Amino acid sequence: MSETTPAKEGPAVTQATLVKKAAPKSDYKPADVSPQRRVQRSFAVRLWSIRHSRLLEWFYSRFADMFLLLHPLWKGLGYGRVEAPVKFVEKRVKGFMFDCRMCGQCILSSTGMSCPMNCPKQLRNGPCGGVRANGNCEVEPDMPCVWVKAWEGSQNMVHGDKILTVQKPVDQSLRETSAWLRVTAQSAAARETAAKANTGAAA
Amino acid sequence: MIARQRDENPAGIHLPLDPLPGHSSRGRLERVLRRGEFAVTTELNPPDSADPEDVYNRAKIFDGWVDAINAVDASGANCHMSSVGICALLTRMGYAPIMQIACRDRNRIAIQGDVLGGAAMGVANMLCLTGDGVQAGDQPGAKPVFDLDSMSLLETCRIMRDNGKFLSGRKLTTPPQIFLGAAVNPFAPPFDFRPIHLGKKIAAGAQFVQTQYCFDVPMFRTFMQKARDLGHTEKVFILCGVGPLASAKTAKWIRSNVPGIHIPDAIIKRLEGAQDQKKEGKQLCTDIINEVKEVPGVAGVHVMAYRQEEYVAEIVDESGVLKGRQPWKREIRHDDQMVADRLDRILHDEITETQVDMVKTAH
Repeated sequence: MSETTPAKEGPAVTQATLVKKAAPKSDYKPADVSPQRRVQRSFAVRLWSIRHSRLLEWFYSRFADMFLLLHPLWKGLGYGRVEAPVKFVEKRVKGFMFDCRMCGQCILSSTGMSCPMNCPKQLRNGPCGGVRANGNCEVEPDMPCVWVKAWEGSQNMVHGDKILTVQKPVDQSLRETSAWLRVTAQSAAARETAAKANTGAAA
Repeated sequence: MIARQRDENPAGIHLPLDPLPGHSSRGRLERVLRRGEFAVTTELNPPDSADPEDVYNRAKIFDGWVDAINAVDASGANCHMSSVGICALLTRMGYAPIMQIACRDRNRIAIQGDVLGGAAMGVANMLCLTGDGVQAGDQPGAKPVFDLDSMSLLETCRIMRDNGKFLSGRKLTTPPQIFLGAAVNPFAPPFDFRPIHLGKKIAAGAQFVQTQYCFDVPMFRTFMQKARDLGHTEKVFILCGVGPLASAKTAKWIRSNVPGIHIPDAIIKRLEGAQDQKKEGKQLCTDIINEVKEVPGVAGVHVMAYRQEEYVAEIVDESGVLKGRQPWKREIRHDDQMVADRLDRILHDEITETQVDMVKTAH
């Protein structure tokens, strides 16, 4: 855990600083952020979403119900066929609202509406030990820690205690797929098995 | 004849101990903790070399003072000898290593393989960590993996041990017998989430935790109070992380450059005011140990003395946390000693032995 490299004497510099200093000089100096941040620089909307996590939670539960009502339609058209247009919308909407990374297994409701895939370490179960004293990220010093925000967001939510669930590791094979459709299909299947069990018990 | 030490396999120091009921590993650390003794662990500074002697020499200075040694996994994202490699060497010599597994460098395929490999070598303790970001180390251009996180890593190890299965569900012929550890940092925000986060780690499989460097004892007390209220201290052994600061300058540097380590101003003032800052840093560490050992629910200390490993024994001795108990120590075996003495005599004493003389002396 001692991740320090303090030299024996004097103000120490990290190996990374030495490596950077030794790099060949050039006129083009890209911004010193992680490649992930280069894709998406600002996070104002994301923070707004976290502040309004309760509203979004309410909205999403209505929205999920509506998607489930449309299950026969999705099934009729074929889930495979509707995936492309639904994913197109989902990617843009969630990308704008939450800086979604399309992991395909959305857990926003369990993380206070703060997308954990924006964490440079993509932690899905809580903050790492490196959170700065001001609540910012250790990797991106100017960005608030995704999990500090997640904790704040979850405090506002009705089912905020979902943050206590231990999340399974990300299934990388589901990236760039629609989480909305997956959840809908899963709850439809769960509903059917429950109905079957009920009729079975009645008979 | 040297009496056998407690927690040692009579058939060989490198072999696992007898399984005990309620124990999930066959290692020494779990035995010490479950007996209710105050445990001391430390960290081995991994060498940048391919010489096994470097590891042995670095482990030797802890002899008889610590219950387990952390084999760090490229801490700070700096390249060093791998934790698996260090563990292979340490287990051979009978030491009880804690194999650190960081999620930064390997995906779930490699990690599960290492868990099996480590357990097969006799590693009884594994510490599941997330790991620092690559930008912190000497290879900022490396690809960060983070396929699992510390929590899902803990769960993966627990599933392998308890269910005898890989994450994929494929069966293991012999599951690893390991004591699972995790790290907690009570000194970083979000403070009110940290004790709950610990509960999550326990749910995922943590049996012992080591904390980040503790320099702020009141803050640690608050954390422990909450952990006790939530009932965590009955389910997990908490080892408080401590360490000596070399000087006020180092302390300031650590505070501004190493995220997650919280050093209050009072500590820096105390160091600055001292004549011999190094000595004061050591004294400070001893004082903190004396304070935290009284906190209910603390099962031990984890002494991290980076580049000051030689002080670990003194700190442990001066704080008196072992209460006269001597942890396992690598001792030369009786028969080995006889051979060594004999060889020494043949090599250094100017004697020519003949068979006839040897028979005479034997009678």
